[in-house]
Amino acid sequence: MAAPVAQNRLVRWIDHRLPVFTFLDHELHQYPTPRNLSYWWNFGSLAGIMLVIMIFSGIFLAMHYTPHKDLAFDSVERIMRDVNFGWLMRYIHMNGASFFFIATYIHIFRGLYYGSYKEPRELLWMLGVVILILMMATAFMGYVLPWGQMSYWGATVITNLFSAIPWIGEDIVTLLWGGFTVDNPTLNRFFSLHYLLPFVIVGVVVLHLVALHQHGSNNPLGIDRKGPQDSIPFHPYYTIKDMYGLAVFLLVYAAMVFYAPNFLGDPANYEPANPLVTPPHIVPEWYFLPFYAILRAIPNKLLGVVAMFGAILILFALPWLDRSRVRSARFRPVYKWFFWLLVIDCVVLTWVGANPPEGKFILIGRIATFWYFFHFLILVPLIGVLERPLPLPTSISAAVLGKGGPKLAGAGAPMEKP
Amino acid sequence: MKRLLVAAALALGVAQPVLAAGEATPPPRQEWSFNGIFGTYDRAELQRGFQVYQDVCSGCHGLYHLAYRHLTDLGFSEEEVKAIAAQKQVPTINDEGETVERPAIPADKFVRPFPNEKAARAANNGAYPPDLSLITKARADGPDYVAALLTGYEEPPADFKLQEGMQYNKYFPGHQIAMPPPLTEGAVTYADGTPATVPQMAHDVAAFLHWAAEPNLEERHQIGLKVMLFLLAATVIFYAAKRRIWADVH
Repeated sequence: MAAPVAQNRLVRWIDHRLPVFTFLDHELHQYPTPRNLSYWWNFGSLAGIMLVIMIFSGIFLAMHYTPHKDLAFDSVERIMRDVNFGWLMRYIHMNGASFFFIATYIHIFRGLYYGSYKEPRELLWMLGVVILILMMATAFMGYVLPWGQMSYWGATVITNLFSAIPWIGEDIVTLLWGGFTVDNPTLNRFFSLHYLLPFVIVGVVVLHLVALHQHGSNNPLGIDRKGPQDSIPFHPYYTIKDMYGLAVFLLVYAAMVFYAPNFLGDPANYEPANPLVTPPHIVPEWYFLPFYAILRAIPNKLLGVVAMFGAILILFALPWLDRSRVRSARFRPVYKWFFWLLVIDCVVLTWVGANPPEGKFILIGRIATFWYFFHFLILVPLIGVLERPLPLPTSISAAVLGKGGPKLAGAGAPMEKP
Repeated sequence: MKRLLVAAALALGVAQPVLAAGEATPPPRQEWSFNGIFGTYDRAELQRGFQVYQDVCSGCHGLYHLAYRHLTDLGFSEEEVKAIAAQKQVPTINDEGETVERPAIPADKFVRPFPNEKAARAANNGAYPPDLSLITKARADGPDYVAALLTGYEEPPADFKLQEGMQYNKYFPGHQIAMPPPLTEGAVTYADGTPATVPQMAHDVAAFLHWAAEPNLEERHQIGLKVMLFLLAATVIFYAAKRRIWADVH
């Protein structure tokens, strides 16, 4: 048992019976963290904070929302007009989904660049992919709730994808709909699940953090910590760094909420759902566009659906597809370039997904889809074997401070700041 | 199987709209008092726009999400709002249980021009005049589009085949619109003496409709400014604190 965490007798009494204070001290205060984390490491905590913001704003929205096909659209408008600060809650929630995905996507690409998925963090990575999938399901169902034109037709297109599954596809779709078309039962179950899944995400996030704290964060050098000189306590160093990053991130988020709240949305969703009128272009929200582009790139429906889901599921296999033992792309002269090509490829897929599948977009979409899978299935394993990585630094402190470097006072121990 | 085909067509984006054939001209950008981070509504402009809506648009187009009480935002007094509401009749049930009509009160929603969609279509040559309470948010380019549409009527090009009872409008997707040109010079007489030209009325009513779609815009801009200043200060403080705390690590 470690030394008592507090002088306060009540705190000590509680901690002796339920060691929450010891736990917090270990995991948030002393928790040794690589001393060289860059600002790319801010996005995990930012995604976590976005999840909390989404849950809180969502709870208040749910107090005023009516999940019925004849009332849902009007109830959202009532929130926007007559509920005190209802417009604020809704715009926070609406744009919050986008910023949750922005944080998460940057977090994922950071993991890809610095090899954060590699041994011994494979399960940490896979839990992250589970979170991504749950987020997508939640976001999709949330978008259906206002029951606007794009809600309805988006739900129709996406749920219909499951009908491509041989033999049981049609039955699955009927089950999803709760009937023979997207209708009131669909809206009801989507609302129920949209409220449920965020708490499932919280559960998986807890597992994600447990797995993270087992071996600690990866770092820009991608080498293991060799001793206390490579670590600093999480608090105050990374708490303040996260706070600074949070303030900057919120600044951008608030600018959208207050000055361009509908910029990322589709105007068609301000028209009530109409099963008899198909909108000119059915497009999902921006964060689904790359996957939508992959879906449409393949002329066979079943294969398109397989490719779309495969594009996400392939991430589960990544720790074993990448044969290179070097984590950080800083020391991988070949992989580094292909990482950036993948980033560009995803941007291209987003752009293609936003446009109707005609003319040049068909060809570009197919090339970009091919490249996405080519990258993960062929290039990543191949580069891992053929590439000659640069020499790795002997330790984090050596790389950061030059030879050996001065020992950090109190590194790895609780740090009292003046 | 048919459903599968339809779904596949939708999923693969084969089902392209009829409208896509004639791409509409992008509407010209206009000056709006509510643009920008300090943007506010011009009350006089909104009142003029409301007058255009009342005298011209409200014959066919509803404002479903608005109640008469919301009009106090435009600078009308409670008495004026009561008088505006009382011009309309709404159904109610009296003490004997009979359906009767009473004058509308400020708490009532705007009275709809038609009892239902069928009645609206029957009165409009089969076309359905859309509700306008969200129109500037439901169309790309919002108020610019609305103002452009109202002034965009012209003679169709020689090779353009216009259907019976339709009008040519260069800003409307597909260019064929069922609504006849709603605004004519002097269609309303502005209480404040502003000359009622067609561009003036179009601009005023588009501004009014933007208020109808986004009534909390001013509050949003005001709170937003405070939030941004707060976050800016927080950013500076956290940055300074970060520099100081990390001083011994670097």
